[in-house]
Amino acid sequence: MDLSSINPAVLIASLMVASVPIMLAAIGELVVEKAGVLNLGVEGMMIMGAICGFIVAVNTGSPVAGFLGGAAGGAVLSLVFALLTQVLLANQVASGLALTLFGVGLSSLMGQGFVGIRPPLTSAVDLGPLADIPVLGHILFRHDPMVYIAIAVVAGVWAVLRFTRAGLILRAVGESHEAAHALGYKVTRIRIMAILFGGAMAGLGGAYLSLIRVPQWTDGITAGAGWIALAIVVFASWQPWRVLIGAYLFGGISVLQLNLQVAKVPIPPEYLSMSPYLITILVLVIMSSGKGRKALNAPAALGQNFHASR
Amino acid sequence: MGLFMFRLEKRPSPSAFWQYATPVLAVLLTMVAGGALFALLGKNPVAAIRTIFWDPLFGEFAFYLRGQLLVKAGPLILIAVGLSLGFRAGIWNIGAEGQYIMGAIFGAGVALAVFPTENRLIFPVMIVAGAFGGWLWAMIPAVLKTRFNTNEILVSLMLVYVAQTVLSKAATGFLRNPQGMGFPGSRNFSSYPAARNVELFAGSGMHWGVVAAFIAVIAAYVLLQRHLLGFQIKLAGQAPRAARFAGVQPTRLVVMCMGISGALAGMAGMFEVAGPAGQISIDFASGYGFTAIIVAFLGRLNPIGILLAGLVMALTYVGGEMASTNLGLPSAAIQVFQGMLLFFLLGVDVLTNYRLRLTKGRAA
Amino acid sequence: MTDPAPDLLRIEGLTKTYPGVVANDDVSFAISKGEIHALLGENGAGKSTLVKMIYGLVKPDRGGMVLHGQAFAPTRPSAARAAGVAMVFQHFSLFEALNVAENVALGMESPPPMRELAARIRAVSEDYGLPLDPARMVGDLSAGERQRVEIVRCLLQDPKLLIMDEPTSVLTPQEVDILFQTLRKLSAEGTAILYISHKLEEIRALCDEATILRRGKVVGSCTPRDVSAREMAEMMVGAVLTPPARAARRDWGDAQPALAVAGLSVASPIPFGTSLKEVGFTVQRGEVLGIAGVAGNGQDELLLALSGELRCAPGMVQCFGKPIGHLGPNERRAMGFVAAPEDRLGHAAAPDMSLVENAFLSGSVRKGLTRNGFIDWARAKTWAEEVVAQYDVRTPGTWVAARALSGGNLQKFLMGRELSQSPEVVIINQPTWGVDAAAAAFIRQEILNRAQDGAAVVVISQDLDDLLEVSDRFAALNEGRLTPARPTEGLTVEEIGLMMGGAHGMEVAHHG
Repeated sequence: MDLSSINPAVLIASLMVASVPIMLAAIGELVVEKAGVLNLGVEGMMIMGAICGFIVAVNTGSPVAGFLGGAAGGAVLSLVFALLTQVLLANQVASGLALTLFGVGLSSLMGQGFVGIRPPLTSAVDLGPLADIPVLGHILFRHDPMVYIAIAVVAGVWAVLRFTRAGLILRAVGESHEAAHALGYKVTRIRIMAILFGGAMAGLGGAYLSLIRVPQWTDGITAGAGWIALAIVVFASWQPWRVLIGAYLFGGISVLQLNLQVAKVPIPPEYLSMSPYLITILVLVIMSSGKGRKALNAPAALGQNFHASR
Repeated sequence: MGLFMFRLEKRPSPSAFWQYATPVLAVLLTMVAGGALFALLGKNPVAAIRTIFWDPLFGEFAFYLRGQLLVKAGPLILIAVGLSLGFRAGIWNIGAEGQYIMGAIFGAGVALAVFPTENRLIFPVMIVAGAFGGWLWAMIPAVLKTRFNTNEILVSLMLVYVAQTVLSKAATGFLRNPQGMGFPGSRNFSSYPAARNVELFAGSGMHWGVVAAFIAVIAAYVLLQRHLLGFQIKLAGQAPRAARFAGVQPTRLVVMCMGISGALAGMAGMFEVAGPAGQISIDFASGYGFTAIIVAFLGRLNPIGILLAGLVMALTYVGGEMASTNLGLPSAAIQVFQGMLLFFLLGVDVLTNYRLRLTKGRAA
Repeated sequence: MTDPAPDLLRIEGLTKTYPGVVANDDVSFAISKGEIHALLGENGAGKSTLVKMIYGLVKPDRGGMVLHGQAFAPTRPSAARAAGVAMVFQHFSLFEALNVAENVALGMESPPPMRELAARIRAVSEDYGLPLDPARMVGDLSAGERQRVEIVRCLLQDPKLLIMDEPTSVLTPQEVDILFQTLRKLSAEGTAILYISHKLEEIRALCDEATILRRGKVVGSCTPRDVSAREMAEMMVGAVLTPPARAARRDWGDAQPALAVAGLSVASPIPFGTSLKEVGFTVQRGEVLGIAGVAGNGQDELLLALSGELRCAPGMVQCFGKPIGHLGPNERRAMGFVAAPEDRLGHAAAPDMSLVENAFLSGSVRKGLTRNGFIDWARAKTWAEEVVAQYDVRTPGTWVAARALSGGNLQKFLMGRELSQSPEVVIINQPTWGVDAAAAAFIRQEILNRAQDGAAVVVISQDLDDLLEVSDRFAALNEGRLTPARPTEGLTVEEIGLMMGGAHGMEVAHHG
């Protein structure tokens, strides 16, 4: 065992990278849930984003095109969910599961010719002198652009939900679709847009996995990241800035357990690799216990379908 | 919604006709869409659909494949029947895959602990142990939900990943065959008669797991039609507040439904490891626990429906393997095919409760 | 109204058909500037559909409207609002988890920045005597205060026509007076008001003109001040109704009351609900206790605590001296309790289940419909058919889903289901809500009959007519507390209003 091989600065730097996929997926899902829709298909949308982004990046040689492709892949799959739940009024839980089952299968089918290929490299952003600050520069300012974009998305969602009319309407739809409809808001349309945003963000997160984090294509590449993103939304009590904390927490755990495996601590590697899942459960227990819906801040209409009857 | 030229109109009562017709319609739509997918992959769609849906039943090798059908359908039906009870009550156990794995480990563990004792009680004890393993694994999300109000969907799913890690630990560690020359995997049950889940009639594919599945279907049918618990399950799913008014205790229902589905999934895992799979290995988990979710919905959460749906889904497995060897259809294509089936089913289900009206202008 | 002002809004032959019902059939009338116009009709007469067409939520099949002399056909509420039409809803238009200012902003086309909006809310609400604190969460407001939010939201848009849908159903008599002052002030300033109600005395006190709807058609119009309430009632109902008959009460000579509640304090299980605080009362056999109160003052919680869905300390609820607070619904049913919650679809009944299944839902214990956990569906069906026959439930059969029945028919079925279980203690919340006059009279009579048979009855209602007609004693819930019960005879409306808490929250805006 050699714990000295773990360098805290490197650990924090890699934590920032490891948290990007779940941060993007979770902030997208937060918007979806704020609109009153529960999309459990995050895992499926993420993995579709991973493969679509990978294919586009490999074929165009451009990581930027790859990320756009990933977002598009996730959004297209989420459109299926939107069609099922918003137009055909299907059960949201079942439709979300279907999305995941389908996405995992389709990504595997699409990825068949892409195993073992390296995607084009995404270079770090040149932040000039900032990157040269001792320690801090290495931790904070030598990352690829997606690390900063993810944080910017979280900040953007926070600002929109808090300060803009669009954000107010979105929250209103998630609180009571009946009331929003009575005031003349297009509940279905608003929800579909939220679902598409959630899909695009999950897809972006997936593309980050296959293009930067791993970086290659393997079947089942997301390995539950989508589900962890769902748990982060609960952890965050539907508040954007807490998504940031949650994602860093989980990113930190996954990086730490990998480091501990490498450092050969006397814990069997199997138990280390299950730790993110166990900690997710632990966090859910802590966040859910002893509080009602009000304390948890969950949107009141979450998971309920809306049909304007009369 | 200017795009859609139709309007949905809620029916006064759910349509009995569409209740039965939607699964059939979903299968037909999936065949069409699946055919298109296969054509896109450069395969002859008609040949592919025929290989999947016709050949296992009536083709050249049907005598063998029909047996395979029961082998695949058994665990799917057993798990799906359990899941359907919870789904009806609005309790979403989606970690059946994990419970299936734990059932297999517990069942196999009991037998391997007493190896090579020959005793008629070993197999029944394995069944109980398998059911217990699955039940135990399902109790974790159940208890966390009742005590801490934790979301059972996320917890049961997280436990699948944990179970998979335990499985690989079992295959490479605590259940590894001591005479396996260091290869991962447990002893093979084919060489341990007392613990073996035998084929009951040669070539039929019928093993004790399939028998258990049939029993589960009948029991669930009676439960839902005639028993108070079945009524409470349906009521809790449709109208939770009315259920409380009727004296249903939600926590008890969660424990019951999670427990039953976990035990059945665990049993399915045990029958699988002692029979068709033969041993605990790293790749023992083959996704039955997830496919069973599709089976449960395709069967409209009705036990008889699940029986038929399990057979249809088994057909796509068996036929899919055929198509994979004969036509070179990737096995992932079958997974996509199964996912599509669930999409179509959920989509056309709207017809049970709503009427489709064409409108001239804009729709609501 | 001697002012020969031209019509503000003219409605010409509006027709709207839904599958199986003609909601509005060739409806025509006109409202002039500054007029308070009553739209009178029973539940299901088509009032709601009509105002939804005016507000742009529903598109008419035929007919048209003229506003300010121009054709008016709003395709959505924002178009109606832009044309100067505003609406105060009876239900479903506020967001509990958002604050007052946010709720107001959502109902406006282009609201000013939040800070400015808050200032305007304070100003307008004080001008019209409807104090409101813009920063408060709507979920924490009383029903009357919530209505103020809606009214202020409308007033900020300077409407030409204000539609009010059953506005007094959530107010105490004192609050009704304040509302009427506000409306008269608005009318004097030139705003026309379309006032929807089925309460005749209110209409006589407030409105200049009235249009009466029955089964979707205009059956008459009048000047409310010039006709009696009885004449209007006959036009509205189409028949003469007799109030329920009461026989003299019999003394059952019990040592202990059938139902005794003492020091009942429980937290509400409902988000934004009202906890019960030290509630206490007793009811003897053969007696009806009426519990009044504005919506959201603990009525739902009281029903839950009495039915057993919400448990409390054993001694808080007693039946003939036996502590039962810890018992669940079915254990209480075994002792003779029956309960009828307010919310019919979803609480009292499962919408998608058949009438047989819904009969079984609450009747299994007292009617002995299970044996060893197995259900006797044949007996359940026979009993459901009896209920349908005895309580005059109009339905094609007992196999239909509960949601397929009209509100009145479903209520008759559910009342029948509970009252035909030979109960010892009856607890009912809102027995006649959303039910037409004939069915309401029938239900009140059945409640009295059950008391006559020796049941102890608790009727919780927001409808004072219900309570005054059936109850022997009268109490009121106000913010989770219950007033001492007083004999109903001789109570004045003023006294009742004070028991209900007078006017709620009239000081709120002054601390800011």
